[in-house]
Amino acid sequence: MRDLRLAVRAGGGFGLGLAFFLIVVTLVPFAVGPRTELLAAIAPGILWLGALLACLLSLDRILALDWEDGSLDLLATAPLPMEGTVSVKALAHWLTTGLPLVLASPVLGLLLSLPAAGYGPLVLSLLVGTPALSVIGTFGAALTVGLRRGGLLLSLLVLPLYVPTLIFGAEVARRGAGALDYATPLLMLAGITCGTIAVLPFASAAVLRVNLR
Amino acid sequence: MTLEVSDLAVARGGVCVLEGLSFALSPGRALVLRGPNGIGKTTLLRAIAGLQAPLSGVVRAAPESLVYAGHADGIKATLSVSENLSFWAHVFGNKDISQALDAFALTPLADRPAGMLSAGQKRRLGLARLLVTGRRVWLLDEPTVSLDRDAVAMFADVVAAHLGAGGAALMATHIELGLADASELDLVPFRARPVELDDFDGAFL
Repeated sequence: MRDLRLAVRAGGGFGLGLAFFLIVVTLVPFAVGPRTELLAAIAPGILWLGALLACLLSLDRILALDWEDGSLDLLATAPLPMEGTVSVKALAHWLTTGLPLVLASPVLGLLLSLPAAGYGPLVLSLLVGTPALSVIGTFGAALTVGLRRGGLLLSLLVLPLYVPTLIFGAEVARRGAGALDYATPLLMLAGITCGTIAVLPFASAAVLRVNLR
Repeated sequence: MTLEVSDLAVARGGVCVLEGLSFALSPGRALVLRGPNGIGKTTLLRAIAGLQAPLSGVVRAAPESLVYAGHADGIKATLSVSENLSFWAHVFGNKDISQALDAFALTPLADRPAGMLSAGQKRRLGLARLLVTGRRVWLLDEPTVSLDRDAVAMFADVVAAHLGAGGAALMATHIELGLADASELDLVPFRARPVELDDFDGAFL
């Protein structure tokens, strides 16, 4: 699917989410103060929240740019199934936003004095959880495409849908940092991700067809 | 019959704009839609392209034969001219873009970022997309906007060649292209009358 290349190259905003993640996480020690044990306790939650917000930042770019220049109309009449198009859009969003966050998270964990045992589970939880963020975000973007200033509405719609992913993702990272068994929340997280990937592209495509009228 | 429309009614923004529209388009022919602004030319073309559902009536066309070109060209400013075109060629399962570049005199601009093009050049790129799709029926919405005289002649040649090869075109335009195989369809007689609310709720509104 060539849509991927187009989305990646024309996407812009590639570094933006990553830089935002970096800054939010860097600000936390300044706000909380140099108390290592407190930072270590809240690190998993902060990292997950930062990743989630960074992901949110770039959501409206997924479809809005294509809507503006008319490509979306043309893609809808092209011989590609709409479900495929939105799936590739979500994949492109994950590759440009989610994956860099996953890769950067261990470095930021160091900043927040995350316990040594927590790095593996943190990266694993983000790796498993961020695809769900992209897929759910694409659904939100499909809902608000064509609305002027739809960005805020998009955030309001999408954030509640992010709650389950956040709960289980942060739980994996937290248990990992405490050297506890984290298999159960990890399985739940993987389940959520698989479920969203299976169902939401169809919902996004249906919503998009309605919105293009 | 390449495209057949019977008793079509289309709506824009919940208001019926055209009704009772029937026509047929055969291979090698072009049909030019005429009518004042706001009569529903764009809405009609979008309905035929399948972007919106008609209120009533049927659009019959061979599967995978239509291609739509609207007001926006679907050009990515950060990609070069040839990258833009190859993307659309790949989407439609074709490879060769050199012919399309030639037809609209875009070859010297092939490596330029599309964002640097003038409005007329962008439009030429948008129209070149039609050639790489390999589709037989073109649905064109104001294709000559922002084209200069030479480019309009270039476009007329391309359409004539397309018709000569057995293609067909349905276009909304105000410009005379001088096509030998074109007929005109005036949309004014099909303008929908203001709709009377005859359902029950109407009494309470």
